[in-house]
Amino acid sequence: MAEAAESPGDPGTATPRPLMRDLKAVGKKFMHVLYPRKSNTLLRDWDLWGPLILCVTLALMLQRGSVDSEKDGGPQFAEVFVIVWFGAVTITLNSKLLGGNISFFQSLCVLGYCILPLTVAMLVCRLVLLAELGPINFMVRLFVVIVMFAWSIVASTAFLADSQPPNRKALAVYPVFLFYFVISWMILTFTPQ
Amino acid sequence: MAAADELAFHEFEEATNLLAQTPDAATTRSDQLTPQGHVAVVMDSGGSYGAEDEVESDKAALLQEEKQQPGFWTFGYYQSFFDVDTSQVLDRIKGSLLPRPGHNFVRHHLRNRPDLYGPFWICATLAFVLAITGNLTLVLAQRRDPSIHYSPQFHKVTVAGITIYCYAWLVPLALWGFLRWRRGVRERVGPYTFLETVCVYGYSLFVFIPTVVLWLIPVPWLQWLFGALALALSAAGLVFTLWPVVREDTRLAATVLLSTVVLLHALLAMGCKFYFFQPLPLEHVAPPHQATSQPPNTLPPTLPRSMAT
Repeated sequence: MAEAAESPGDPGTATPRPLMRDLKAVGKKFMHVLYPRKSNTLLRDWDLWGPLILCVTLALMLQRGSVDSEKDGGPQFAEVFVIVWFGAVTITLNSKLLGGNISFFQSLCVLGYCILPLTVAMLVCRLVLLAELGPINFMVRLFVVIVMFAWSIVASTAFLADSQPPNRKALAVYPVFLFYFVISWMILTFTPQ
Repeated sequence: MAAADELAFHEFEEATNLLAQTPDAATTRSDQLTPQGHVAVVMDSGGSYGAEDEVESDKAALLQEEKQQPGFWTFGYYQSFFDVDTSQVLDRIKGSLLPRPGHNFVRHHLRNRPDLYGPFWICATLAFVLAITGNLTLVLAQRRDPSIHYSPQFHKVTVAGITIYCYAWLVPLALWGFLRWRRGVRERVGPYTFLETVCVYGYSLFVFIPTVVLWLIPVPWLQWLFGALALALSAAGLVFTLWPVVREDTRLAATVLLSTVVLLHALLAMGCKFYFFQPLPLEHVAPPHQATSQPPNTLPPTLPRSMAT
């Protein structure tokens, strides 16, 4: 990124540059996820702010309300959080153990950013659920979730598949498929109280 | 056992066992010079064993034991358990789906290179598939009978995960410990390592994944049929793998071991069926339906007076 006059040692400039720079970096990575191309930006300048924002948003929207006291409801905030982060760490360890040459945090970064389509799906589903429930409502939600699930898989595979030896690509991609499938299932079965 | 019996066929069995373990090892004739550092099986009778494998003699896989194993605190140690290709994993899954009486899963498919990828991800898939299809049966039942209350039942994911992983790790641990304890009775064929046992159990659980998906079909006798079929395939794979190891043991120990293995497997299958696909309670009738169904002319006579004022 061509930033003008980057001088961290200059005490005179009191502008909030680091925050804007980080926000711009996060936004740029969001764009890379939404329009996946073969570029190295996600891998080279990894950060975990984007995944954190996405995970918190998703968990806030998915958690069951406080008035719901039945024990077999949807996931709690902490459960969603644990599934996302524990799942991402497990997939990263798996791809490293299979011999991939991607670093631990780069992989976490990619997996976290590629939750963006599913977060958009969650927003759309919550809006659609404001209308009356019925089979059409369900069909619309199903269609949206399937499209976003496919988008997440394509986006993350575009970044992760190249780091594996060619005879093990399927072994590394399958856990990613399972991870986004479980998140999609949680989004699809969300019922408002 | 008489010592003469031991010596008569000892070499032949040892050679075939070693050949099954190490498929690209060579047996050399006793008049050939063994290269330094190589261990080879020496056969006194017949030169046909060494004839076509002279090129392979430099790559005797018995060398594997001489390779340095990295310590368990290094990453490379665990990487050695994930040293499999896609085609190998698919081949092992196929081998677990179609067990054959003569073919030992460990010797023919694992070939002394057990992996942890298969058991781990098969267990993860099975746990999620169990929870998801159990939830789906609730959805389908609600479509048929709208009085049933649907809920995502997320806690079942946790239960499924813990059950499957405990089964896939603790039962092989117990089995491995038992086999090592009985090792003194059987001198010739060594028991399997812990990882090989975990591998066998992990891959044998694969057949339950399509079975659980097929349990969505709400026909009870069909569900029991699929369950019995899956259990038969899975347990047969386990029994055929364990049979060469326990056959030298006493009949009582062998029978007890094999029947315990099959029984535990059956308990897992039935437990999963009953917990995740339980018949639904039908007493969830929503209260508002009862209140609105009351006809207006049965209202108590005091009401019109109160409404008039």
